[in-house]
Amino acid sequence: MTPATKTYGVVAAFASPEQLLEAARAARKAGYRQIDAFTPFPVHGLDKALGLERSKLGYIVLGAGLMGAAAALLLQWWTAAVDYPLVIGGKPYFHLEFSIPVTFELTVLFAAFAAVLGMLFFNRLPQLYHPVFTAESFARATDDAFLLLIESQDPQFNPEACKDLLRSLGAGRVELVEEVGE
Amino acid sequence: MAQQVMDASAVLDAPLVMGKPSLAEVTSSVSGIVERKPPRAWYIAITVSGAFTLVLAAMLGYLVTTGVGVWGNNQPVGWAWDITNFVFWIGIGHAGTLISAILFLLRQRWRTSINRAAEAMTLFAVMCAGIYPLFHVGRPWRAYWLLPLPNADLGMWPNFKSPLLWDVFAVSTYATVSALFWYVGMIPDLATLRDRAKDKIRRFAYGLLSLGWRGSARHWRHYEMAYLLLAGLSTPLVVSVHSIVSFDFAVAVIPGWHTTIFPPYFVAGAIFSGFAMVVTLMVLARKVYRLEHLITLRHLDNMAKVMLATGMIVGYAYAVEFFTAFFSGNPFERFVFLNRATGPYAWAVWTMVFCNVVVPQIFWFQRARTSIPVLFVASILINVGMWFERFVIIVTSLHRDFLPSSWGYFRPTAVDVLTFMGSIGLFLTLFLLFVRFLPMIAMFEVKSMLASSHPHREAEK
Repeated sequence: MTPATKTYGVVAAFASPEQLLEAARAARKAGYRQIDAFTPFPVHGLDKALGLERSKLGYIVLGAGLMGAAAALLLQWWTAAVDYPLVIGGKPYFHLEFSIPVTFELTVLFAAFAAVLGMLFFNRLPQLYHPVFTAESFARATDDAFLLLIESQDPQFNPEACKDLLRSLGAGRVELVEEVGE
Repeated sequence: MAQQVMDASAVLDAPLVMGKPSLAEVTSSVSGIVERKPPRAWYIAITVSGAFTLVLAAMLGYLVTTGVGVWGNNQPVGWAWDITNFVFWIGIGHAGTLISAILFLLRQRWRTSINRAAEAMTLFAVMCAGIYPLFHVGRPWRAYWLLPLPNADLGMWPNFKSPLLWDVFAVSTYATVSALFWYVGMIPDLATLRDRAKDKIRRFAYGLLSLGWRGSARHWRHYEMAYLLLAGLSTPLVVSVHSIVSFDFAVAVIPGWHTTIFPPYFVAGAIFSGFAMVVTLMVLARKVYRLEHLITLRHLDNMAKVMLATGMIVGYAYAVEFFTAFFSGNPFERFVFLNRATGPYAWAVWTMVFCNVVVPQIFWFQRARTSIPVLFVASILINVGMWFERFVIIVTSLHRDFLPSSWGYFRPTAVDVLTFMGSIGLFLTLFLLFVRFLPMIAMFEVKSMLASSHPHREAEK
């Protein structure tokens, strides 16, 4: 029998973004790498403090936008010049000039969908359950608390040592997060 | 009220959030609106607007079962209230995207308290706009013919050379992207509502809508990038939409429509009318829900300045249209504009000029820009004026065409009037439901502006 739960990590609540930033820097300095933070709004400088890279979403959006433009041109050319050629108002079957508006709109449409779906994909959302939701202090992470989590996956992880470190950095509540075992 | 008697310099230097609330106070004053029982005014308002929505349903049902002839459009005025209302509603929507995208890129932090409601307004206005072309086609169950779908009953493709088809693409893309932008902007706040929910139904509904958002630093990094990209995409989109709407007219050869000034003129007019609608709604919402500390006089002051500037652009466009008609030497063009100013629709033209050019001049005075009654009355007059602008462009250009024997005078039918009133009812009903169930102010954005949120600098001015 495997145990019913296992430790996911240690989470600590801080009262202000400054404290959180300091704590994140200190935890990385202490050698922890599997760290995450939960904040009610984006805290600037936190990416750097946690060692996160810049989002690569832009490349996906650029690719999708170009696909949208290509799809629009192909659609307008194939329907009007290949599948069912029809002279309307003496205009050519296909020309770049009158294809611009639809091409522009589809570029934006594809790119916007890519921005939203790409963001959800990178964030692994929707994910309606996450172990950190069971932490008592989490309810305030979307209100006014700034949480720092050290995950148990971290090679250096030791619950008691993490708790002591976080307390020494001025955390309010420090708690162990359990996860339903596999 | 104390805030209203502040002197001039106090308004300009005032912070965007009054009284230095704590983060928790921001959460509770915005979430509270959704969690408490709504005030009496909300019930009264939704009863009235709901009744008008039913009138809209009845009128559209009558149109579908009888025919488009129930509207007053007929030769020579084939486009009348339906297209006027379409352009009117699409224009209203533009302020939402301007506030949420363009002002975001320009780092105008004052947009923060009003962007959510303005985006919601955009979405609902575009929905109201969509009704008119959809039902004007006469057989709305065949509306899918507008899309490039292979179908057996028509057996051909839409005409991509027509501005009317460009319009289908522009408006549907605009509606979709606005909805995405609005929803993505709301995810973190929906998570706040989820975490505050006391009962199971709320927890389930907001839990599902927030997609399991947990405000992780890894999330925010992609989220902020997505928001920036959406803002960057929406900015040219909003300009393209009303430009393409104006092509519906400008590409035609009708004197009064066939002019190159239309795209910028329509975009400025759209922003003008949209801001007027935001002011009308926000003046009411901040009063009813006591949000004077979040939607401050500085917000209203800035919006009044935008109305003044765009109103001047619109006034300039009116002047240029007349000058071009005179300078072109084209007798038909000259006739249309002379007929506009002095003909049977002169009353509509001068109402338009009064509401759109004269009324906004009051906003040169700061006392007017920060007076709630003045803002409310002026914003309503501007909306009336902008409706008349579209009516004037469409109807006066059509009612006296090249052959005097086919001249006519358009009069709306009761169905026209009731359908328009019904669409106002639908717009207000959707807005009231939004205020009741979704966070009307972007909490996480307001919080990130407070002094306590910035380790090393003062609150944003």
